[in-house]
Amino acid sequence: MIRFENVGLRYGQGTEVLKDISFRVMPNSFQFLTGPSGAGKTSLLRLLFLSLRPTRGLITFFDRDATRLKPNEVAALRRRIGIVFQDFRLLDHLTTYENVALPFRVAGREEASYRAEVVELLRWVGLGERLNALPPVLSGGEKQRAAIARALIVRPELLLADEPTGNVDPPLAKRLLRLFVELKKSGTAVLFATHDVVLMDQYDAPRLVLNEGRLYYDQ
Amino acid sequence: MSTNETRDPTLFGEQAPILPSESVSGGSLIAVIAIMSFLATLTVGFVRIANISAEDWRGELSNEMTIQVKPAEGRDLDSDANKALAAAQKSPGVADARIYTKEETEKLLEPWLGAGADLKSLPVPRLIRLHMSDRSEKNIAALRYALSQSVPGAVLNDHYSFSSRLTAISHTVWFSGMTILALVLSATVLSVSFATRGAVAGTRATVEVLHFVGARNSYIAHLFQRHFLKLGLKGAVIGGAIAALLFALSRFISRLFNLFAGGGDAAFLLSSVSLDARGYFEIAATALFVALIAAIGSRLTVYSTLRSID
Repeated sequence: MIRFENVGLRYGQGTEVLKDISFRVMPNSFQFLTGPSGAGKTSLLRLLFLSLRPTRGLITFFDRDATRLKPNEVAALRRRIGIVFQDFRLLDHLTTYENVALPFRVAGREEASYRAEVVELLRWVGLGERLNALPPVLSGGEKQRAAIARALIVRPELLLADEPTGNVDPPLAKRLLRLFVELKKSGTAVLFATHDVVLMDQYDAPRLVLNEGRLYYDQ
Repeated sequence: MSTNETRDPTLFGEQAPILPSESVSGGSLIAVIAIMSFLATLTVGFVRIANISAEDWRGELSNEMTIQVKPAEGRDLDSDANKALAAAQKSPGVADARIYTKEETEKLLEPWLGAGADLKSLPVPRLIRLHMSDRSEKNIAALRYALSQSVPGAVLNDHYSFSSRLTAISHTVWFSGMTILALVLSATVLSVSFATRGAVAGTRATVEVLHFVGARNSYIAHLFQRHFLKLGLKGAVIGGAIAALLFALSRFISRLFNLFAGGGDAAFLLSSVSLDARGYFEIAATALFVALIAAIGSRLTVYSTLRSID
């Protein structure tokens, strides 16, 4: 699904923040991405979100060279990838329902064609009673579940999660982790970025460890 | 029912706009576009009026010519005028010819000499007004020849130089109007462009989320374009309507002045700024064009801003 080969990244004329990064994300896999603050995790995630282009090396998404993608191809590719952020990135003026339905809306689908699907998913993540609530009144856990639902609604082949449990309490973090594990079981590849070692110990999965811009495997 | 905490989309029948409306500058931009639209439509209206007036004057002149018979020593002016009239009446292409009476001539000179001036002591020429049925070069040449044979001092004035000056003035007015229109439209595009940049910057978080959920730049640009088209239409309609109202009022007031004694001059002044139906159509088309320019300017700005975000 995703292949990094000797990828390097530097901002401007500065030193490389990522050095010789090589790894793969296989279909139906679950991997943690971890590392201390300043190790380059955010930069690596931005490469994975297609927000940045590498200064060297090769990145392929679904066998497409990421450096040669045109803007419209990037948009098409992003529809196959779900992204969950630590800060949720919900639109405050849209209801929970509208936030989750957003990927369908930008794809130009009629509301009648996806309404039942969105409501069903929101019920599945425990937000069936909060359909019409605006994000400012949702709790941290509710916001994160809404953000996860938005990433899942298009049934992505790959889910990239950037510290999805960073703003929730430990019991909820465990529940969210179980949700991601369920997703993996249902066929979605998951890359779960976190620095929470206790949480990672809850589930036996390969760990990609970033340290000072270099990537190490911890099986 | 809507609160700050919840909003039921089913009660409204449609979902909330993706772009938060409060983050996109509205009121001040509508005012700017209204002013631009007012200036643009006013310019178009005045250009139309100038064209109408020039056409009217040219139309009046096109079939009219004048013969001037100057007094000369040893010649009878009235007899020369009658000879010139007879020559003109026999010439091809002349439908009607008439000598201006002395009273009419005095009236023509009144603005320069004042009322009641004694013209007997002045060498005032006699004028013959010709109405042409065919003013071809050939007929005019034949008329000139006939006049030179019958009355050597008679001068035929075909008003060509006045008409051509009128045409030149009309062209200058049109060109100046179009230049002003181009400047006003450019200022509109720049204003909308600044507003759009501000709007994109203000909704950057929303734009990023849209990108992450797979929205194409064309989709995002369309959201902004639709928004600015609405604002542009509001502003353009306001500006265009005020301009149209001013032109309509000038016609109405001129009619009102005509009802009162001594109001003729004011009525004439105001009637000269009266528009015809085509003028009002041009105002409406210009207002619509201003709104379209605003929308297109916004779309192009969004594209260039999105490229810089990418």
